[in-house]
Amino acid sequence: MSGAIERPRAEPSADTQPYWDGLARGEILLQRCGECGKFRHYPRPMCDGCFSFAHGWVAASGEATVHSWTVTHHPFHPAFRPLLPYALVTVDLPEGVRVLAPLEGGDPADLRIGMRLRLGVDAATGLPVLRGAA
Amino acid sequence: MPGLRDVAAITGIGETSYRRGEAQGSSLSLTLQASLAAIADAGLYPRDIDGVIPIASGAVVAEDFITNFGIPDLRFSATTPMGGASPVAAIQCAAAAIAAGICRHVLLPIGRTGYSGARISTRVHQMPQFRVVGEFEMPMGGIAPAQLYAPMARRHMEMFGTTSRQLAEIAVTTRNHAILNGNAAMTKPISIEDHQDSRMISDPLRLLDCSLESDGGAAVVISAADAARDMRRPRVLVSGMAEGHPDSPSVITQRPELTRLGIAKAAPRAFAMAGVTHADIDVAEIYDCFTYIVLCQLEDLGFCAKGEGGAFVEGGALGLGGRLPVNTHGGLLSQAHMAGMNHIVELVRQLRGDGGAAQVAGAEIGVVTGYGDMGDGSIAIMRRG
Repeated sequence: MSGAIERPRAEPSADTQPYWDGLARGEILLQRCGECGKFRHYPRPMCDGCFSFAHGWVAASGEATVHSWTVTHHPFHPAFRPLLPYALVTVDLPEGVRVLAPLEGGDPADLRIGMRLRLGVDAATGLPVLRGAA
Repeated sequence: MPGLRDVAAITGIGETSYRRGEAQGSSLSLTLQASLAAIADAGLYPRDIDGVIPIASGAVVAEDFITNFGIPDLRFSATTPMGGASPVAAIQCAAAAIAAGICRHVLLPIGRTGYSGARISTRVHQMPQFRVVGEFEMPMGGIAPAQLYAPMARRHMEMFGTTSRQLAEIAVTTRNHAILNGNAAMTKPISIEDHQDSRMISDPLRLLDCSLESDGGAAVVISAADAARDMRRPRVLVSGMAEGHPDSPSVITQRPELTRLGIAKAAPRAFAMAGVTHADIDVAEIYDCFTYIVLCQLEDLGFCAKGEGGAFVEGGALGLGGRLPVNTHGGLLSQAHMAGMNHIVELVRQLRGDGGAAQVAGAEIGVVTGYGDMGDGSIAIMRRG
């Protein structure tokens, strides 16, 4: 996609590896407390609601609503230069957490708070992606 | 007396020249140059410093001051790792140490080669505070502060109708002040139209919404208030101070209120400690890594209600003679990016009446803020005394 220049790569920890394993299978996994059921994101070892370390992983439903966004025009990193300008959208999930992901297709000028989008995994990058809701 | 009110005073200020160009020394060299200037301004000798809080992402450590200044007995050292909120947060740290009787003269120094060395805008991810964003957002192209902060500005615009032209007001006024200061990296006047024509960096932030990458050093000395009474320069007392951290401090994406910064929690504490109201503030040096961050802080500080910042800054309100003169030195936007140490230096200069062409007439009480690391805030309220 961007030739020989590599994107910044995540260095998962024991706490976050299951999230990355999920992406590799095409799923966006959200952490859910094993005691009180509270969702949390990004992954971390302990629930901030009840301090339990017990947790499970639940695939996000894919529903997403626009909370805010930015459209980047400046090449802060050479790997992303071919993609300029690209939109990074902050979305609310019905599970109660937010996700940041690039917008694929559609015109960023049409973005509005509250607009419904569809969250998925980009097969090319193995990372979250947002597309117009059908 | 409430909390740390008036236990400490700023007794010395120092700066190198600020530049974007050929290197004028290493970070350590610039730090030491500014430190010597601040210590001399206070009428002290380098060996009189008995506390130090270096502001430097690891480039300079307390031991460097023992080595270079021959300090016989450094009694206090600390760091306040809050990015651009660090220098003002260090004021609270120093005042607490002074109030506890640990030390008498604390040096707060910074020196950076943000232009000639590794560029600031692309090295933040090396800081531990950016670990979470580094793992989850940078692989998708969210690399730089401009991109991470832009969604806060976009949300503010969508919710409250704030416009890019209102952000331009901040950029233009700040540039005017830099020109008056004389020691500034940017010296060419700009107009609202220049701002609107400047290239988009990460929407809605344009080039002229962004602070500088620059070289230089700045430092202040904070002394026990009783010692400060008999020192070389007029005393500037630190009357109120606080730090505040936003919810979801490390990840803006997950923050419940995208348009509320950590300083919203700190400001009421600082005003109460100082025993002053907003109407008492003659001059404000507000951390300005981006124009929007100034606007949001003015709201979070309580100078206007949430959502009214756009209207508040219009019509030159932040200029000399305006409703609230802000960043009378040119700030990070137009003077230099000294992580806000230059804001502290400027507030002291104003309260001494040494503001030169940018002096706010009769300034007696002022506020300085810091902002950093995704939303941490710090505040100090000072008065001539």
